[in-house]
Amino acid sequence: MPKAIHSSALHAVPPIALRRRIADHVMTGVAMLTVILVLAPLIAIFAYLVYRGVGSINWAFLTQTPKPVGEAGGGMANAIVGSAFILSLASLLGVPVGVGAGIYLAEYGRNRFGDVIRFTADVLNGVPSIVIGIVAYAIVVLTQKHFSALAGGVALAIMMIPTITRTTEEMLLLVPQALREAAYGLGIPRWRTTLSITLRTATSGVITGIMLAFARVAGETAPLLFTAFGNQFWNLKVNEPTAALPLQIFNYAISPYDEWHRQAWAGALVLIVLIVTAVAAVRFAVRRGTFGAA
Amino acid sequence: MLLCGSAVLATLGLIVYELVLRSGPSWHAFGFKFFAGHDWDPVNEHFGALPFVYGTLVSSFLALLIAVPLSVGVAVFTTEMCPKALRGPLSFFVELLAAIPSVVYGLWAIFVLVPILSNYVEPFLSRTLGWTGFFVGPPYGISMLAAGIILAIMIIPIISSITREVLMVVPQHQREAALALGATRWEMIRVGVLRNARAGIMGGIILGLGRALGETMAVTMVIGNRPEIAKSLFAPGYTMASVLANEFSEATGDVYLSALIEIGLALFLVTIVVNALARLLVWTVTRGQPSRANA
Repeated sequence: MPKAIHSSALHAVPPIALRRRIADHVMTGVAMLTVILVLAPLIAIFAYLVYRGVGSINWAFLTQTPKPVGEAGGGMANAIVGSAFILSLASLLGVPVGVGAGIYLAEYGRNRFGDVIRFTADVLNGVPSIVIGIVAYAIVVLTQKHFSALAGGVALAIMMIPTITRTTEEMLLLVPQALREAAYGLGIPRWRTTLSITLRTATSGVITGIMLAFARVAGETAPLLFTAFGNQFWNLKVNEPTAALPLQIFNYAISPYDEWHRQAWAGALVLIVLIVTAVAAVRFAVRRGTFGAA
Repeated sequence: MLLCGSAVLATLGLIVYELVLRSGPSWHAFGFKFFAGHDWDPVNEHFGALPFVYGTLVSSFLALLIAVPLSVGVAVFTTEMCPKALRGPLSFFVELLAAIPSVVYGLWAIFVLVPILSNYVEPFLSRTLGWTGFFVGPPYGISMLAAGIILAIMIIPIISSITREVLMVVPQHQREAALALGATRWEMIRVGVLRNARAGIMGGIILGLGRALGETMAVTMVIGNRPEIAKSLFAPGYTMASVLANEFSEATGDVYLSALIEIGLALFLVTIVVNALARLLVWTVTRGQPSRANA
């Protein structure tokens, strides 16, 4: 507020009591303090991660399998590939179901049943990941009688579905109704309109949702503990236990060996770089993409 | 498409079915006493889950105690106070906190947070607040307190992003009306904004609670994993999710496994109730618009 106006208005309006002005300043200060307190651990985590991670990462880490305890060197190459393998399995299972459910909700789901599914998806999103691990164990591991990459993939797929469903729905709803009507006007059947017009228009948004779900499950450890289980060697068979990057980080972090701690930090750095790249790419794409204004 | 929609429903059904089915033996053996017993003795197949329930509740409550004021503060700052140019980057950074995997939080907590706690914070707390009985015992760092702090750091993004969302749907007139009546900015926020957004903020807090209850890896790495009930926050504890993480793949015997699955079932039911409640609260405020806060 310009000073001149303030002083001329001084006669008409009584000045705000000192106590209230102090309270205003104090609370502004408190709000700023909370921001600093929240950002401090974030910066601390990233700084320490980069500091420890960059020092520990090397070519061997990215290309070799783990060495036995006590031997220096070795790496997590099998875990990196294993993670990619499990995540591909999860995407293969989860993406079609999630996108399909999203299409149903957006195009056919304006009714009671749609509301039920919407609510179910939201609730499913909040189920603890370890519980989903138990269910994947019960469904896949108990029937197969051994841990497997497939079980890990199933667990992660269950976690991806609700996120993909809800974002797909959201993105399809942003497609202007006029586009659908234009398609109907040309005599195109409804299913064809949905696939070739609506879904096509919303592609970038739907992919955003898939990437977000992907980033969310990429770092999951709990559901893999007793599904994929981990492995010290290479494995690309669906039916065998498989190493995963988050699992390896966990096992190394709680071990008593310095060499393994070092590798845990390197693994964490690799993991976070992958995830942050995915998230940042998504944000960039959303800003530049079809729905920049949304 | 209907099939895919139904698949979402079926997944939830399957989760319930499997958990109920597999926890049957433990339920038959112990009944309600399962959640009242102190003993966790896999060798003699005698199971009581009270220490885990206690650990989950205390660590989550501690996390809320720390996280709620901080996240509401951040949300208020980003929506009401900070310059427009800062708004985007600031919320991006807070969202970035949500993207860090829980195992990385755990890793950081083991090697940075725990040493800080045991060297500086815990001795200080026991000197100043030791008389309360909550801050006594040897300051090992690995403790309920460490679990609460790391959980708080993890749920702040959830609570603050939902609070931000809720604050943004408070009508602009409310702010203008308060200012026109001569309120200072803080009074405007308190009377015009926060009071109107109470239900939604509550929803965000409960959603954060849901996440804290089920959080596994980071907690397992710092809580000490000892099934004991201690008043002091410096003592190690154990949570429902941690015991699953540690013992599930090594559980021998049907009753042992089934007891663990029963813990999973209890955890599942609690988080379902908590989440449903939170969703309803947030929905009443944002009027059913799909929320992306959790994505």
